[in-house]
Amino acid sequence: MNKFAALLPRLSGLSGKRGAVALLAVLAVLAIWFWPKTENNAARVFVPQEAKALRLTPEQYKLVIADVFGPQIDLGGRLEPGMRVGGLLTVGASSVSVTAAGIEQYDAMADAIAEQVLLKESNRQVLLPCTPQLVGGPDDECARMFLSKVGERLFRRPLEAQDLQAYVQAAASAAETLGDFHAGLAMSLSAMLSSPQFLFRIPVVEEDPARRGGYRLDGYSRASRLSFFLWNSAPDGELLRAAGAGELDSPRRLAAQVERMMASPRLEEGMRAFFNDMLHFDAFEGLSKDPTLFPKFSRREMADSQEQTLRTLIELLLHERGDYRDVFTTKRTFLTPSLAAIYRVPLPHDGPNGGVEEWVEYEFAEDDPRAGILSHASFTALHSPPGRTSPTDRGKALREILMCQKVPAPPPDVEFTVVQNVDHELHRTVRQRLIAHSTVPSCAGCHAIMDPMGLALENFDGSGEFRRVENGEAIDTTGDLDGVEFSDPLGLAAAVRDNPAIPSCLVKRMTAYAFGQELTQQQRGYLRQMRIEFRERAFQVPELMRAIATSAEFFQAAPPARLDVEAMTAATAR
Amino acid sequence: MKTTRRGFLRGTFNGSAVCIGLPFLDCFLNESGTALAATGQALPSVFGNWFQYLGLNPGRWVPERVGDRYENKIELAMFDPWKPRINLISGGYYHLDGRPVETHRTGVQIATLGGIPTGRESGASLDSDIADVIGRSTRFQTLDVTGTGGRFGISKRAGAAYKPVEASPSALYRRIFGPEFRDPNAEEFVPSTKALAKSSVLSQVAEQRRAVMRVVGASDRARLDEYFTSVRQLEQQLAMQLEPPAPLPACAPPPTFAEGAEPGGEVSAVERNVDLFGSLLAHALTCGQTRVFNVTMNTQGCRKAGSTQTWHGYTHEEPIDDALGYQPETTWFIMWANRLFARFIDKLANTPEGAGSVLDRTLILWQTDHGYARTHTMENVTTMTVGNAGGLFRTGRHIAIAGDPVTRVGLTVQQGFGVRVSEWGSLSNRATRPITDMLI
Repeated sequence: MNKFAALLPRLSGLSGKRGAVALLAVLAVLAIWFWPKTENNAARVFVPQEAKALRLTPEQYKLVIADVFGPQIDLGGRLEPGMRVGGLLTVGASSVSVTAAGIEQYDAMADAIAEQVLLKESNRQVLLPCTPQLVGGPDDECARMFLSKVGERLFRRPLEAQDLQAYVQAAASAAETLGDFHAGLAMSLSAMLSSPQFLFRIPVVEEDPARRGGYRLDGYSRASRLSFFLWNSAPDGELLRAAGAGELDSPRRLAAQVERMMASPRLEEGMRAFFNDMLHFDAFEGLSKDPTLFPKFSRREMADSQEQTLRTLIELLLHERGDYRDVFTTKRTFLTPSLAAIYRVPLPHDGPNGGVEEWVEYEFAEDDPRAGILSHASFTALHSPPGRTSPTDRGKALREILMCQKVPAPPPDVEFTVVQNVDHELHRTVRQRLIAHSTVPSCAGCHAIMDPMGLALENFDGSGEFRRVENGEAIDTTGDLDGVEFSDPLGLAAAVRDNPAIPSCLVKRMTAYAFGQELTQQQRGYLRQMRIEFRERAFQVPELMRAIATSAEFFQAAPPARLDVEAMTAATAR
Repeated sequence: MKTTRRGFLRGTFNGSAVCIGLPFLDCFLNESGTALAATGQALPSVFGNWFQYLGLNPGRWVPERVGDRYENKIELAMFDPWKPRINLISGGYYHLDGRPVETHRTGVQIATLGGIPTGRESGASLDSDIADVIGRSTRFQTLDVTGTGGRFGISKRAGAAYKPVEASPSALYRRIFGPEFRDPNAEEFVPSTKALAKSSVLSQVAEQRRAVMRVVGASDRARLDEYFTSVRQLEQQLAMQLEPPAPLPACAPPPTFAEGAEPGGEVSAVERNVDLFGSLLAHALTCGQTRVFNVTMNTQGCRKAGSTQTWHGYTHEEPIDDALGYQPETTWFIMWANRLFARFIDKLANTPEGAGSVLDRTLILWQTDHGYARTHTMENVTTMTVGNAGGLFRTGRHIAIAGDPVTRVGLTVQQGFGVRVSEWGSLSNRATRPITDMLI
């Protein structure tokens, strides 16, 4: 360094103090010149958070069971609902536990699965790798063979010998009480399925040899994090093998595993799960529409409208590797006959026997007011009250769900009498009523950032059907989004597509989804880097997923508390 | 020689499935008191929390007089038949302490948790604290239902998420009176070998389950604590299937149950489901299945069939009728909801038990989230208690607590049920004095 400092004046052709000053000036100019690039490549600011246990979401539970035991297992019944934190149920999974009512549901579900796996002859023949010597009582060897294999998949890591022995013994004593090997084994399997090791993704951390004093997830926890992120399910056998062999510690081998996972058809399941979560599709469960006002929009159409949006996203983003921003303007989608009735479009009759295929790819005409997912019923109907539209609800959903912007809660003690009266003689349209409402100063600020976008979607009624008039008055769909003016839903779609908050929000949600936690201020450098990666990879969502999955930060963890270190050491020793 | 029911049964059938005609012996009575009805002694007290969103209309419910000689105003007139059993508390505040009001959320938090939580962690709701005192030995520590749809209620444990609620009466029927139900008055008792086997399995893998506590961080440990608390309830439910329940003469569970309406906010569906929930909860109480229940009456989607507007929408958007001086549609919903609650009280009062009714040993705390929903006020919040919980409370009064936090009511109710708490709530919502007029 000293040699380099001495060399500088000579290189500049100057000497002494003047030379040094001149060189500093040159260096300063160079630094400024290269600043943007330097920022792009800046060391990522990333202080790891405590890795938290995540309760399996109902969808993950379902997929894991299907992966381990096959899709024929019937999972009728409900599981404890999740909690949305930071816009995602997946993040809320690190805040929820299992309530008393919830454990009843998990227990009943576990019993039902175990009975199907082991008491139903057709399933047992495939899933039980051995034949017990004594059907009317215990057979430890056969039970061990089954529980060892299944336990590894359910717990996402091999069972310790004494843990496996406890489950084998439990199966034996239950078999004795019930006088039936299979029924006893089913009891033990059921206990696995309602255990915290299955219901929660429990992270195990270890010292990180690459960072002095740093910690990271252990191999099996890495495998779980990768698998639930990319597939929304538990690791498969190959990933568990790689984890056990320490291959996920090597960036090259990790990249190879990620490549394998991304080439799998299960990536579609992972992407669907992410968008289901991000777009709040769980809210459909509580959605109700008045059948007298919206006779076309029943439970069937609600389910179809979600599927329409998911199919559109998967086709554009995964199969065609398209630009994420285009999902707001694409004219292409998929429809069922019942959705076609809501959208009032003819569906090509190209199904067998002249019938209509269940799902048909469809492209709206250029002058059709529908474009992008904001015009789907999954957005317009989901964000409307049961009997009417609400531009405010739709605008709020756009801001909060797709742009990651928080709209403040309304202040207390607000005067609402001028707001909306659907039978008002003067204010016949929603726009007129909202304008009247915005004369209240304390309301105007927030409504100004929600209503203009929502009003542009007023052409779509509470069930997503197109309309031009409301109460006999022509609907005015002009508005603006952050200074970009538009006159109709297509204009809004274009403005949303080009808004910089759209890709930023996707990155924010995707990283939080992957980590199971919202990223903190101490991790903003990483977030910024991912935004850059997303932009440089033409806003391709799978590429963003790959960048996250292969980043070192994805597996880092905060040091456990002192007490935990001791306990962890003891547990490891055990 | 001391004879316990468990010991008797173990000695008799040694874990195998046999049918035994059981004589009623005093020594079979359990420690929890669920059997006391048969002996003519007092039955254990019951706590219910009814949370009705959207408040009442100012000027139409606060009686002119305080004390026991008050007259109900129009919006509470439907409770006249029960006036001697009701305490009406007016003038209470939900204090914000500079925090923004999250409409229809902040009021609920203060009413049930005693304050506005900071961060994601918060304490237990008061029903959970009461259940810890009176509900530990029942099959269900609490039963949580909603008359209006939705999946979450108002009950939670410390640091945990809100408990899910049952929106379907038939699903609740199956949960309470399905195959796992043990009729306390059955002639014969068949111990469940499945429950015996399961109990044994859970016990054998308990240590393996507990092992997770050794690798998780501090915040996860609290969450997993809740999991293990829930597992204990499950174990208790299994244990109950292994011993004959104490006889409860008033217990007469319906052999079948009428289908409820599709859960949701349409008024006729709400009426049907709330009525069915009332019947079911009354049966659950007479059969000793729980001692704590919560009813959530969310109003976001509450509406008349064919109407474009919801109750919630009306509160904000309906003009005040100049002649009437209030919002007519909103007021229709207020009166409708209050009549539904009055019917619920009727249901408990008309369910006989011992020499009286289920209502005799019950206290229902009626709460709401805003003083005046039209403007989201947090002052002069209506609060009621119905019933004296078997003589734990004094009733029949209008009590004005002008300017005091509403949490004084929660503190009083908890103390009456024996929760060891001298103060309740946080910051300005901290209540340090119970309402002595309500306590015996």
